[in-house]
Amino acid sequence: MQEEKEKYRRLAVVLEKYHGKAGELINVLHQAQLIFGYLPKKVQICVADALGVPISEVYGVVTFYSLFNTEPSGRYRISVCLGTACYVKGAGSIMEALKENLKVDEGGTTKDGLFTLESARCVGACGLAPVVTINGDVHGRMTADDIPELLERYRKEAEA
Amino acid sequence: MKYQRVHLLLCHGTACVSAGSEKIDEAIKEELEKHGLEKEVRLVPTGCFGFCAMGPVMLVYPEGVMYCRVKPEDIGEIVCEHLLKGRIVERLLYKEPDGKDRVAELSNIEFFRHQRREVLHNCGQINPEDIGEYIARDGYFALAEVLTKKTPREVIDIITKSGLRGRGGGGFPTGRKWSYAGHATGEIKYVICNGDEGDPGAFMDRSIMEGDPHAILEGLAIAGYAIGSAQGYIYVRAEYPIAVQRLEHAIGEARKTGLLGKDIFGSGFDFDIELRLGAGAFVCGEETALLHSLAGRRGEPRPRPPFPAVDGLFHRPTLINNVETLANVPRIILKGAPWFAGIGTEKSKGTKVFALAGKINNTGLIEVPMGTSLRTIIYDIGGGIPKGREFKAAQIGGPSGGCLPKEYLDTSLDYESLIELGAMMGSGGLIVMDESDCMVDIARFFLEFTQDESCGKCTPCRVGTKRMLEILQRITQGEGEEGDIELLKSLAEDIKGSSLCGLGQTAPNPVLSTLRFFEDEYIAHIRDKRCPAGVCSSLLRFEIIPEKCTACTVCARVCPVEAISGTPRKPPFVIHQDICIKCGACQAKCPFGAIAKV
Repeated sequence: MQEEKEKYRRLAVVLEKYHGKAGELINVLHQAQLIFGYLPKKVQICVADALGVPISEVYGVVTFYSLFNTEPSGRYRISVCLGTACYVKGAGSIMEALKENLKVDEGGTTKDGLFTLESARCVGACGLAPVVTINGDVHGRMTADDIPELLERYRKEAEA
Repeated sequence: MKYQRVHLLLCHGTACVSAGSEKIDEAIKEELEKHGLEKEVRLVPTGCFGFCAMGPVMLVYPEGVMYCRVKPEDIGEIVCEHLLKGRIVERLLYKEPDGKDRVAELSNIEFFRHQRREVLHNCGQINPEDIGEYIARDGYFALAEVLTKKTPREVIDIITKSGLRGRGGGGFPTGRKWSYAGHATGEIKYVICNGDEGDPGAFMDRSIMEGDPHAILEGLAIAGYAIGSAQGYIYVRAEYPIAVQRLEHAIGEARKTGLLGKDIFGSGFDFDIELRLGAGAFVCGEETALLHSLAGRRGEPRPRPPFPAVDGLFHRPTLINNVETLANVPRIILKGAPWFAGIGTEKSKGTKVFALAGKINNTGLIEVPMGTSLRTIIYDIGGGIPKGREFKAAQIGGPSGGCLPKEYLDTSLDYESLIELGAMMGSGGLIVMDESDCMVDIARFFLEFTQDESCGKCTPCRVGTKRMLEILQRITQGEGEEGDIELLKSLAEDIKGSSLCGLGQTAPNPVLSTLRFFEDEYIAHIRDKRCPAGVCSSLLRFEIIPEKCTACTVCARVCPVEAISGTPRKPPFVIHQDICIKCGACQAKCPFGAIAKV
């Protein structure tokens, strides 16, 4: 609860800075997501009020851009690059291996709240293709066979 | 400044950072300290060298020796052997794919020998976070020149005469675009740098933003002066955190040194730049969608006219140029329009940066004169196809472009020739495919991308791409029907002709292009229910080769659905096709190569 309050306090600082500036909506949403990890309805309402933008428009923007999330994600965000370079080097089979291991679909979060699986559009590390990022850490030249060991490492880290 | 006998240039582009540059940085600092070399050796974090396949890449000057795939544990050896004893660490040098000798100097490596690095001349050579290094390489001299010696009209004239065309895809003459915005009436005008590089597998703009951010600021300021704008914006993908951070840093430095702000060079010209982040929408690369996004709204395009030059950001006249286009500007001003117009072909001037990726030995960022052939790029610079496989096609221009099969390896890469072949320059993504890639599946892949990224505002794009995708999915799943090809073609023409913006108008291109050159593959999928490249899993069958099978039971044990049966030590085993899910696990694990994909 205390933690939640702290987050709203930080949001208030951001909103204060951009009060009434409708043009800064995307920027403010980025910052809000950084604080909360996602954009719950209540946060969207706060943003709408502060910037003087209808809540419908805020919701419209949040759902338009793929980087904004309305659901909380797992502790580790796994992103499989499905850019062309990674795709021709077998990213598809890596995605399948992850889905099977985690028992979730693309966009889903595991029941234990540990992993969220998603696809990315080119991380830009095409020299390392195919690439998987986990919370921003890049794992390059992956094969489907590497997946169980990789996930195990993160599961162990979570336990510790 | 103190004299330093050695400069260590370490690539800090996204690919090399992903491969571990930062850990190497720490290791170098530690080793230098250990040997008391901190004062003699200077460590320079640079932007992208372009040789991403070999990352992390390190250059040692004054010798100009390049080390590849450097690991933190190699640093001790480099410091002891090279820096202290002057002996090159052979094992870390680059080896050409043909396995000949190792090469020490950058300039002798095939990958670099055939390039002409103009736009990228600073990338990998300077520390992008030090404005002094940019200035030392004639940075901001072009801005000084135009502000103190040239009228805006003269600047536009130079750009027009140089023949520079937009590097973002369309290839519209830059001089003409500047001239429209220059002539537009209005007190307030804006210039925007479009850094929303969304084409999956393209990273030209990112590398320039990361490796030479000041060139973009300078180009933007010159554009601002030429059209009479005091405010510039750079719109960058939020997925490029390093580019964002370097641009932010560069803007701060330029402001501090008075190269942005009020009365630059005492000329009375005011100019400032703000950074704006996207949030993950491919369509925002389209200029009217970008304008909406920049204003904090949904990035949906609108019909043109009115063009942004008349009615742009906040309804003011606005000039929008791509990153690479702007990075060309300072060089053109300094070296002159005739110099630039002397490079390239008759209608496509200058050089072009390509992101080379896919089934190619030397993945990386390259720059060549316009009109260079695909053969030079793939075989001389790219080092050919790995595993001795054969070249099949190169996809150029990303989801809006098309493919070039091997018959066109000698085609000149310029705007006109590519359009004629149903491809396009696009921003410069070049994905190489070999015989193991299925062209129908690639077309499906691109359409899945554009369908997903369609903003949904106009019906042809929203519904049309969905229908095309469904047909392609059916074909790759072995449910293609006679008439599908004709239906795809007619849908494609309708979508191209009636979509609102560039995304929809070009979305069918990968399908039309693969149909043009690889129709036989479509026919094999539809009529024979066969995928010649062996990619589409629904059309595959795994079979055990009886002569090779030893009945070791490995396949039966790894099969997740128990589709393989037999008696141990009594070959052959059998795969039951009705149960098999074609996961390929058995083939991967068979120690005797006894399982074939047919």
